[in-house]
Amino acid sequence: MNRKMVFHICGQMMLIEAALLLLPLITSVIYRESCFFSILATIGVALILSAALISVKPDNTVIYSREGFCITALTWVFYSAVGALPFVFSGEIPSYADAFFETVSGFTTTGASILTDIESMSRGLLMWRSFTHWVGGMGILVMVMAVLPMTTDRSIHIMRAEMPGPIVGKLVPRVRQTAKILYIIYIALTLLQIFLLAVGGMPLYDSMVHTFGTAGTGGFGIKSDSIASYSPYLQWVITVFMFIFGINFNLYYLALIKRFKSVFSSEELWTYVAIVFISIFAVALNISPIYGSLSETLRMSAFQVMSIMSTTGYATADFNLWPQFSRTVLLLLMFIGACAGSTAGGLKISRVIILFKSAKRELKKMIHPRSVSAVRFEGKSLDQQTLSGIGVYLSFYIAIILAVLLLISFEPFDFETKFSSVIACFNNVGPGLGAVGPTGSYAGYTAFSKVILSVSMLLGRLEIYPIIFLLSPSVWKKKS
Amino acid sequence: MKIIIAGCGKIGTSVLSSLAQEGHDVTAVDKNPNVISELTNVYDVMGVCGNAVDCETLIEAGAGDCGMFVAMTDSDELNMLSCFLAKRMGAQNTIARIRNPEYNDTSLSFMRQHLELSMAINPDLRAAQEIYNILKFPSALRIETFSRRNLEMIEFRLSEDSELVGKSLVDIRKKYDAQFLICCVQRGEDVYIPSGFFTLQAGDKIGLTASQSEMEKLLKMLNAFKKQAKNIIILGGSKSAYYLAKMFESGGNSAKIIEQDEARCVELTSALPNATVIRGNGAEQELLMEEGLSSCDAFVALTGMDEENILLSIFASMQKVPKSVVKINRDELYLLAQKMGIESAISPKEITSNILVQYARALENSSGSAAVETLYKIFDGKAEALEFNVKSESKLTGVPLREIKLKPNLLIGGIMRGRRTIIPSGADMIMPNDRVIVISSGNRINDILDILN
Repeated sequence: MNRKMVFHICGQMMLIEAALLLLPLITSVIYRESCFFSILATIGVALILSAALISVKPDNTVIYSREGFCITALTWVFYSAVGALPFVFSGEIPSYADAFFETVSGFTTTGASILTDIESMSRGLLMWRSFTHWVGGMGILVMVMAVLPMTTDRSIHIMRAEMPGPIVGKLVPRVRQTAKILYIIYIALTLLQIFLLAVGGMPLYDSMVHTFGTAGTGGFGIKSDSIASYSPYLQWVITVFMFIFGINFNLYYLALIKRFKSVFSSEELWTYVAIVFISIFAVALNISPIYGSLSETLRMSAFQVMSIMSTTGYATADFNLWPQFSRTVLLLLMFIGACAGSTAGGLKISRVIILFKSAKRELKKMIHPRSVSAVRFEGKSLDQQTLSGIGVYLSFYIAIILAVLLLISFEPFDFETKFSSVIACFNNVGPGLGAVGPTGSYAGYTAFSKVILSVSMLLGRLEIYPIIFLLSPSVWKKKS
Repeated sequence: MKIIIAGCGKIGTSVLSSLAQEGHDVTAVDKNPNVISELTNVYDVMGVCGNAVDCETLIEAGAGDCGMFVAMTDSDELNMLSCFLAKRMGAQNTIARIRNPEYNDTSLSFMRQHLELSMAINPDLRAAQEIYNILKFPSALRIETFSRRNLEMIEFRLSEDSELVGKSLVDIRKKYDAQFLICCVQRGEDVYIPSGFFTLQAGDKIGLTASQSEMEKLLKMLNAFKKQAKNIIILGGSKSAYYLAKMFESGGNSAKIIEQDEARCVELTSALPNATVIRGNGAEQELLMEEGLSSCDAFVALTGMDEENILLSIFASMQKVPKSVVKINRDELYLLAQKMGIESAISPKEITSNILVQYARALENSSGSAAVETLYKIFDGKAEALEFNVKSESKLTGVPLREIKLKPNLLIGGIMRGRRTIIPSGADMIMPNDRVIVISSGNRINDILDILN
């Protein structure tokens, strides 16, 4: 384990966080808010930490997948720990556990909140809270890779540890170029959404905040009723963009270099579209008695389905009040999530497809024990290693859900609330059902449970392994 | 530049590693998925798994708009075909590894022309050439030749009794009237581009440039001269062995080849009428002694097994063979072998990588004022010797060298003007149409103007 290199790179990462804090700083200057000083103090802390970590000079710059995992996990923990400080310094969220929960929820694009009165928060801090979504959506390290020249050849290990999905490839030969391309697409889509929202009459500040929430598929808003008070046009724009940010970004790149054939033959994309439309239709049928007009029913159904499926977590209706069928559909969508390589959380559609296909193959094998067949995905047959990797991932996934459920089980909530809290946090959705529904918050949990749920959010965003490696003592042993 | 490397075996991987280090966008194509996943883990390159002759694979790798397509699979025919297809798709330059001697005689130029190959590269032939050069001056550890062949750079190690030991370069220059320049010194692990005040020590490995005609005189003067090897034993009947024996034949000497495989022996005897081909296991020391190992001038180990090559050359040194040259393909063994005292080691993959790096730099700089004509990585890759063809007038031309501010760790090792060779002093100037040899450590030089500070 090349610990010095791990710390050295983490130091570079902290430098970037200090730079990122400039956006809320500027916001607070514009609105002349007192949170300016708490943000400034946080920048100072980030810089000191960064200088301390960068001063660790590595003996060699070689990193392997082990270091890649650790760098990723540590960076995310550091980012959340420091990112929580402005809330504490300003006194707007006095408890550090609460602020940490809120920040982790931001960076992991979960959108679960402990705030009960959002509208009383200062605008600078709300901007930071939403901006963490945007940063965490495409990945902190991917961004740093695009900005800073990496000191090592093997930075693919870092990218692989952070990018969601079972198979992480590169778009172009250089990691750095790949990271740049991804971010350029991300920024372009973000600007487009800000523009479309602003055109629809949303104030610029609101447009930016909501776009950050949508782009990272996070879900932090600035109003207690989330998006419900905005016009139907604005709701539709956000619905469409939630869909867009749930698609694998590689497809956008393929479209940019005019390889439309590969885009339209993407199995994952079509499955995604199919699931989206079927769910919208099913939910719309189920909730039509509640709403008057067809357009309103469709809008409500589409928004909620898209919000949950892309693991964003905005709401225009309190789906807690919907019939049981719709709520169950939404709960199932939380598990699936959107496409691999997007900013969304969840199991990812590609994994679900592959799991179904391997299940089918196993069934076939039982009937025809001598049959030889391959599991094909996106036109290529998958090797056994990928398949077993996905199987193992699923076991970890279920084990973690159960473990977290056990750990928070003494909380005084009903089972639906607790179960959906775990699902919503671990899959980075945000709002769950019951007390943690779209109108509720996580404020009622104890500090211990909040930390547990924060860890489960990190586990979900980084797809389990990096955090597990970080916690395992063998990684930190001197000689291995 | 976008570069595709098809076939990532030993040589392909080495080429890939050096080109990726040069900062090119490299895509690796190989049909073995394990090779691809290993490569993408270790190097910052993209991998495509598939057959290099399959159009789908080539399109996926981006052959249509790549600057260089390098085919390095172990099959000559596959290399030719995939280069041909890549060229048709729009690859700007195609380079194929072609090793079969049958393709490497008269038919090569015909094939190159009709397959539109930019270059055909034969690592075995290049390795044989390099060995041949060393055997001409056995005191050299290595000899680098440049395009006009009248300037050479020779590497050798200073022995305790060498006259150069303990002298500074300025003194040496005063004492010897001969035209030579010490360009590069390796002491322990460190490599220096020496200034005039640098003092040489015993055990230093030095690189010096001199004109070819002066070389023999110079080495005699320095008491470092050993006679050209005439009677050599080659172990292993590989392709490089064939080329090397053929070179000896055309030089009027003959070589003895020891090869185990009977069919290969028959092939070799029919291709090399003057060579002595012995069928037997070269690893048997008895056999080597019987064939006169102790009385030969040089021993060249060219089997496919690095370990066998190293061990037998140690055996040869124990038998007081004045010179042994070893082929080593694995980098880690290369370094080990040096520690064990084997200094003349030849690595075909290193030779190939050097050629491709030079080619890529020349391509990148085709619009500049002077392109890289030859490039050698010397002293374990810690320094480079580059040859430039200065095409046009520039800031550098017509100015005495002492007035030019060069980058640190860099010097001009020689100038070739027409048929003349100039070992430069401060008063010499670079003129248009000169060929300039630059020795540099730690700088990346693409253009002759890059040497300016």
